[in-house]
Amino acid sequence: MTTRIVVISAGLGEPSTTRMLADKIAASASKALGDAQVEIVTLRDLAHEITDAGLTGFAAPRLQHVYDQVMSADALIVTVPIFKVSYPGLFKSFVDAMDSDAIVGTPVLLAATGGTARHSLAIETSLRPLFAYLQAFVVPTGVFASPHDWGSAGENALQRRIDRATGELASVLRGGGTGRSREEDIDLFSDTMLSISNPDLR
Amino acid sequence: MQIGIFTVGDVTPDPVNGTTVTEHERIKNTVEIAKKSDDIGLDVFATGEHHNPPFVPSSPTTTLAYIGAQTKNLILSTSTTLITTNDPVKIAEDYATLQHLVDGRMDLMLGRGNTAPVYPWFGKDITKAVELTIENYQLLRKLWDEPVVNWEGKFRTPLQNFTATPAPLDGVAPFVWHGSIRTPEVAELAAYYGDGYFANNIFWPKEHYIRLINFYRQRYAHYGHGTAEQAIVGLGGQFFMRKNSQDAVNEFRPYFDVAPVYGHGPSLEDFTSQTPLTVGSPQQVLERTLEFADFFGDYQRQLFLVDHAGLPLKTVLEQLDLLGEILPTMREEFAKRRPANVPDAPTHTARVAARVAAAVDQEVTV
Repeated sequence: MTTRIVVISAGLGEPSTTRMLADKIAASASKALGDAQVEIVTLRDLAHEITDAGLTGFAAPRLQHVYDQVMSADALIVTVPIFKVSYPGLFKSFVDAMDSDAIVGTPVLLAATGGTARHSLAIETSLRPLFAYLQAFVVPTGVFASPHDWGSAGENALQRRIDRATGELASVLRGGGTGRSREEDIDLFSDTMLSISNPDLR
Repeated sequence: MQIGIFTVGDVTPDPVNGTTVTEHERIKNTVEIAKKSDDIGLDVFATGEHHNPPFVPSSPTTTLAYIGAQTKNLILSTSTTLITTNDPVKIAEDYATLQHLVDGRMDLMLGRGNTAPVYPWFGKDITKAVELTIENYQLLRKLWDEPVVNWEGKFRTPLQNFTATPAPLDGVAPFVWHGSIRTPEVAELAAYYGDGYFANNIFWPKEHYIRLINFYRQRYAHYGHGTAEQAIVGLGGQFFMRKNSQDAVNEFRPYFDVAPVYGHGPSLEDFTSQTPLTVGSPQQVLERTLEFADFFGDYQRQLFLVDHAGLPLKTVLEQLDLLGEILPTMREEFAKRRPANVPDAPTHTARVAARVAAAVDQEVTV
C-alpha cells in the first residue's frame, strides 16, 4: 500500500531555503520508504486563507483541502524557518486554525532552517512542545540547517542527518520503532577513517 | 617493560602550605624530577605540551634536550606533542634535532591536547581536529621517511622538493606513540603505521580505555604488523605512596580534595576504588599496577603521574624513592607474566638493529 506523506514548508521567502530543505527531506523520505506518495504544501501560498480562518473560525476551501490532506496523511514532514527564537507566526496561525486532534498519533519529522547555527536547538525548544501538545508522534532526529550546512563542507553532514531522520520515520511507519539503538561499533568506512590507510589519496 | 613518569607541568598552589611555585621554579623542579627518575632507574620521562597558564611546558624539546644533557639512560618523551596545532615540519625538525642531541634516547607521543582554545591561538579550527591529526601525521611520516618531499594537503602550504633537516639519526625516525582515550581514528592511525598506542588511564575507570586498546590491537594485526598481542601499548597511572597506607591517605587527601580535574568532586575513597589512582603502601601500588596487564593484556610502557596538584618537590622526590624500591619487583613480575612473543617497547638501538637485520635478510633472499 502506498504511503502518503504530506510535507509542510512554512518558508516565507521566494525562493525559500526552508522549501529547499523540504525538498531534500521529501526526496530522502521517498527513497527510505520506497513506495510513497509525497505532497508538498507551501504555507506562503495560503497566507490569506490562514489569516482569514483565524478571523472567521472556518477554513476556506483551498485551506480546508490542505487540512484534509494533513488529517489523512500517514506521516508529516514539517519544515519551518526560525525567526526571532521560534517558527513564524504564519505557521502558528496555520496550526491554530487546524482541528486540535487533527494529527493525534501521526508520525512527524521536524525540520528547521536558521540564519545562524545559534538557533540549532529551536526544534527542541519550540517545535517539539507544540507537537507534544498536538499529541503527534515525533521521531527523535530533528533536522536543523544553518547557512554553513549548505556550503560544500557541511552538505554531507546535513544529508546524513536528513537520511537518519527519514530512516527513523520509515521505520516507525513499518512498525519497527525508530529502528535505532546505541551504536557500539566503530565505523571503519567513514571518509575520515578511510583517509588514514590511503595517505597518498588527497 | 618501560616504566617511567609523565608530567602535565601544572603550577598549582600547594593547599597545605599555601605557597605557589613560580614558573621558573616549576621548570627547574621538572628537571630535578627527571634527573631523579634517571637516578632511580626509571626508563622514561615524558612532558606535556601546553600553551596556557597554569601550565609551563610550552617548549618540550628545549626542556627535554636540557634534561638529556644531564641524564644517562632515561628515554625522553612527550605526553603529548600537539599534532593538531604544531606545524608538522617544525615537529619533524625539532624532534629530529633532539634525537641527534641525545643519541636516539627519545621518542614522542602525539595527541590533541585538552585545551579547546589552543586551536584558534595557532590559527586552526577545532572542528577539524581529527582531519588535522591525520593530515599532519601523514605529512610528518613523509618528512621523516622520505628524503625529498612533494606534498599538498588541506591545512598547510604545499611543499615542493622539500627536505626536513636534520634527517633522523641513523636514518631511523623517532618512534611515535599516539595518545587518545576516545577517538577511534587515532587508534586506527597508530595501527596503520605500526606505531604505539597510549591510553592515559588516570581520570576514568579502566573499563573506559579497553575498547580503543582492543580496537587498536585488532587493527594492528589487520595491517600486518604482528598479532594483536604484539601491538605496542602504553598506559598511564597515578599513585601516592607512604610506607604506611593510612599515612599516604592522610597526606594526600588535602591535595586530592582541591586538585584540578577531580577536586571538589568524588571522595578520595570513591575515586581510588573507581579509577586507577592508588593511594596507599608501595605494596598496594605494586599489586594494582600489575593488575593492568591482566585487564589490558601484556603491554610495553607504564607511565605514572606523580608531580601534580601542588605537591612540593621534596614530596615528589620521596615518591620516586619509594617507586625505586618497588621497581625491581615490578619489572620482574611484568617480565614473568609476559609471553615470549610479546615484544619489548621499541628503542632507537633496537630499531636500528632491526633495520640492519632486515637489510641482511633481504640480501640473503636476493
